[in-house]
Amino acid sequence: MSISVTDVEYVARLARLELGADEKEVFAGQMNAILGYVEKLKGLDTDGVIPTSHAVPMENAFREDLVCAPIGVDKALGNAPQRSGSFFNVPQVIE
Amino acid sequence: MKYQPVIGLEVHVQLLTDTKIFCGCPTKFGSEPNSQTCPVCLGLPGALPVLNKKVVEFAIKAGLSTNCSITPRSIFARKNYFYPDLPKGYQISQFEDPICQRGWLDIQLEGQAVKRIGITRIHMEEDAGKLVHGDLPGLHDGSGVDLNRACTPLLEVVSEPDLRSSDEAVAYLKQLHQIVTWLGICDGNMEEGSFRCDANVSVMPVGSDTLGTRAEVKNVNSFKFVKQAIEYEIQRQIDLIEDGGTVVQETRLFDPNLGKTRSMRSKEEAHDYRYFPDPDLVPLVIDDEWVERSRRELPELPEQRRQRFITELGLPEYDAEVLTANRALSEYFEAGVSAHGNAKAVANWVMGEITRSLNDSGTAIQDCPVTPLLLAELLKLIDGGTISGKIAKTVFDEMWKSGKAPHVIVEEQGLVQVSDSGAIEAIIDGIMAANAGQVEEYRGGKEKVFGFFVGQVMKASKGKANPAVVNQLLLDKLKG
Repeated sequence: MSISVTDVEYVARLARLELGADEKEVFAGQMNAILGYVEKLKGLDTDGVIPTSHAVPMENAFREDLVCAPIGVDKALGNAPQRSGSFFNVPQVIE
Repeated sequence: MKYQPVIGLEVHVQLLTDTKIFCGCPTKFGSEPNSQTCPVCLGLPGALPVLNKKVVEFAIKAGLSTNCSITPRSIFARKNYFYPDLPKGYQISQFEDPICQRGWLDIQLEGQAVKRIGITRIHMEEDAGKLVHGDLPGLHDGSGVDLNRACTPLLEVVSEPDLRSSDEAVAYLKQLHQIVTWLGICDGNMEEGSFRCDANVSVMPVGSDTLGTRAEVKNVNSFKFVKQAIEYEIQRQIDLIEDGGTVVQETRLFDPNLGKTRSMRSKEEAHDYRYFPDPDLVPLVIDDEWVERSRRELPELPEQRRQRFITELGLPEYDAEVLTANRALSEYFEAGVSAHGNAKAVANWVMGEITRSLNDSGTAIQDCPVTPLLLAELLKLIDGGTISGKIAKTVFDEMWKSGKAPHVIVEEQGLVQVSDSGAIEAIIDGIMAANAGQVEEYRGGKEKVFGFFVGQVMKASKGKANPAVVNQLLLDKLKG
């Protein structure tokens, strides 16, 4: 498989990234290199192997339904570029 | 041409846990904005979500109650998209291997056969935050974000496209609503969004087996609106096709004020959610033992209870249906039956006086001031002839107001039924003497005057005369 500039533009739009023409070429090349490397796995026989969803052999990590103290409005909004009362203030979202 | 609507529903059920699905923040509705947040639900870097076990238990209960299979090994996935109410840039949900799969509910419309509606899947996910627009102190031209709701546990119940009319959709929805509230896993409050529904609607020519393009209608927050929104959408699509147009796959918002759906342009862009397994959450393994334990813990479900009320208690179908409308009502009724014994008598009072008083005062059955035991005591006073059925209603009203036991009220107000024939005869004699004309009429064959005499005697005795004794004595005396 080969990554084109169009593919890079599509992925960039999904990630809300703005790329220059040069960058698109560079990233297309890098992505091709990465995918080409991973392509090697296709040479393996994986019939009957369950797809790996997690790297660690663990299951069922739970917490009980017990309330912990929230951090408070001021701390929650501490990193917000702009707040309005107790709200995060963001550019107008029109539905 | 005739068209066949095809409808599938996606229902979001907010779970009644104390805390969020992946952190210990409380889920209480209506708190100060952003006061119920922590690094996990704010989506701060480095925070680690940990699954609330109760969410899993609730999901299994919901699955078993809707005839689903419980998936032995399920995983969580990230659904990636950008929106200001989604702090992490992804929603943690389930994609492949949801916790419950392949279930069904049976619905029945009046006068029609039972119809089985398939449930494709039920999965667990976190809710997003809430956006507010305008009317914010100090907010000039922007929107406000409140993340209190972010990370609140939801089940998404996805039906097969088996529904063929708005009535079927509402019947299915009501049944699902009844089950999740009955299980106590959801408060069912549609206005507050605890139980909300998106409808996938398409139409195809009758006889066709190719599904039409569907539109997804969002934001329908009452049973009435579900019916309205689906009917509007069906007609809109038919009109569009008849006029030579084509239905486009899109998300549409229902506007309850206009009773119409409209396109949500902001979401028109093709979605590419790039689901992938969330490495922060390890797989969820549910063995048979866990499933069986949950099955044993299930309460008797509404349908089973309805059947039992008919077969074991001998109630008419209508009564059984009404009395199993919700779990608290059916439990009130059963407590009354075990204290009194006569199911039909208790049913009549619960469906009559109790329901009327609850409705009039806006009281929930859980807060009914007349307990099942007191109701049973009242019925026993009628059975034993202490009071008449008519006086019982007066006593009931007083019980409702004061919370006093019926025998106390009967004593205090001297409401004991008079069955002593001497006393009643004296009243009858007085009335016959005062109404000689009517006595003649009766004796001349005008038998409906009888009712007049009964009324007069009851009135003179302030309702306390035993009606059976009154009838008998009147008959004897009027015949002369």
